[in-house]
Amino acid sequence: MSASRLSLRHVAKRFGALDVLGGINLDVAPGEFVSILGPSGSGKSTLFQILTGATTPGAGTIAFDGAELTDPAGKFAFMPQRDALMPWRRVIDNAVLGLEVQGVPRREAHRRVAPLLEQFGLAGFEQHYPSQLSGGMRQRVALLRTVVQDRQMLLLDEPFGALDALTRTSMQQWLERMWERHRWTALLITHDVREAVFLSDRIYVLSARPARVIREIAVPLGRPRTVRDLSAPEATRIEAELLDALLGSASPELA
Amino acid sequence: MLVDYSPVSRIVGRLTGPGKRLGVAIGAAWPATVLVVAIILVWEFYTRHSGIKPTTLPAPSRVLQQIIENRQALIDNALPTIAATLSGFALSVASAFISSILVDFVRPLRRALFPVFIISQTLPLVAIAPLVVLWFGFGLLPKILLVALVTFFPMMVALVQGYDSTDKDMEWLLRSMGATRAQVFLKARLPSAIPFFFTGLRISITYAVVGAIFAEYSGAAKGLGIYMLSAKNNFRPDLVLAAVFCSALITLVLFGCTVLIERLSMPWEQVRKDDRK
Repeated sequence: MSASRLSLRHVAKRFGALDVLGGINLDVAPGEFVSILGPSGSGKSTLFQILTGATTPGAGTIAFDGAELTDPAGKFAFMPQRDALMPWRRVIDNAVLGLEVQGVPRREAHRRVAPLLEQFGLAGFEQHYPSQLSGGMRQRVALLRTVVQDRQMLLLDEPFGALDALTRTSMQQWLERMWERHRWTALLITHDVREAVFLSDRIYVLSARPARVIREIAVPLGRPRTVRDLSAPEATRIEAELLDALLGSASPELA
Repeated sequence: MLVDYSPVSRIVGRLTGPGKRLGVAIGAAWPATVLVVAIILVWEFYTRHSGIKPTTLPAPSRVLQQIIENRQALIDNALPTIAATLSGFALSVASAFISSILVDFVRPLRRALFPVFIISQTLPLVAIAPLVVLWFGFGLLPKILLVALVTFFPMMVALVQGYDSTDKDMEWLLRSMGATRAQVFLKARLPSAIPFFFTGLRISITYAVVGAIFAEYSGAAKGLGIYMLSAKNNFRPDLVLAAVFCSALITLVLFGCTVLIERLSMPWEQVRKDDRK
């Protein structure tokens, strides 16, 4: 892969005696949807901490569009695990948070967000507070807040982990349609195998700590995808393969 | 949900809109009202039938009569107390706010200042109040300082705790957006502290009135504190209690004001509570 948007080589990190990342190699091409699948506590979020500049890598190199990534500011739009919506801000004001930090005037920020409200199923809810929204709507506000920052790449940290199964499935379908439309370059962290298969072009499987890439699988399913595509033989084969890789690494004592 | 058979809540159940909100407020207040009325009735009954001297324990009806007769004197003395309370409290809130920000931005300051603040809280007011009056005279200044002294620490602690209660993901998110330290403070830490701030405000406004009266007790030209002292020295417990009634009324009104300001400044909390109903 010559034209990677993001390219990680031997990225490692330890916190004191805790060896979290044991040398990660990973590439994301422009317009590609890539997932990182790993057992809980495997340091997936640490990877995002490094990419967002919240912590520094202990070793390894990170390249962004071919150049070494020294200052991650302005490159990534990050969506944290829990929605992290501000309860004191209305939906519209939560959505423009990133633009506000960038110094975009309020009116201009609202103007940019307005056309997306409909697509995100939030039209008519602009003036609501987060506490008045359902879990699925909160995640859509959080994703809207992420994409309007207009960064070159999205980092999604288990965005649907806290939702009930039904809402999660409908949110995944919705995100797939949104991605069809916008073709964001995205890196998704998840521990949900079906979610990874359904949304991704490519999937990396991480081992338990210290995390390494133990498997890399392309998902050659066509797009647009529907939930039914998950029962195609190709999809079930990938799912089985991913599960094997995950179970083999997560609990070696049971294998 | 508790089953509530009170007559008030039965009426409230049929109301809607703003009438309902007022009704709910009355509904919430009636148990306390009944209790206070009951205590006053027992007190009245006891003073009438036990033969206790009014110079020892005056009946509530006598206290009420004194309040009406001496209303001008009570108002004249309540005004300086209110002035001392409000200015002292304003000083305390302003300085707590400024120092909480300093402490938040400069961590070593926190370790340096907190022990000093804790020590300031252990000073017995009985001993300190006369000294402050001795140093700063009989005017308004020593009262303001004493009110500020007793209310500063709870306000400061509330604010610092509020900042620390900020959701870590929210801060991480802001940092990922390229926010500066000041932006993180303004957009996440400060708003997170608002509920804590109001809790601190409600607690310390009650201390504030007590602080002002204590300061006046130690020496003042006018004020409820000095009024109570001279009434006591003249063996007039009815007048002491009349002044106590005034101070309680002031505290209640100020407390009510903080609750009102709290509601107005946190509309999102109101929305949340209304939705729960």
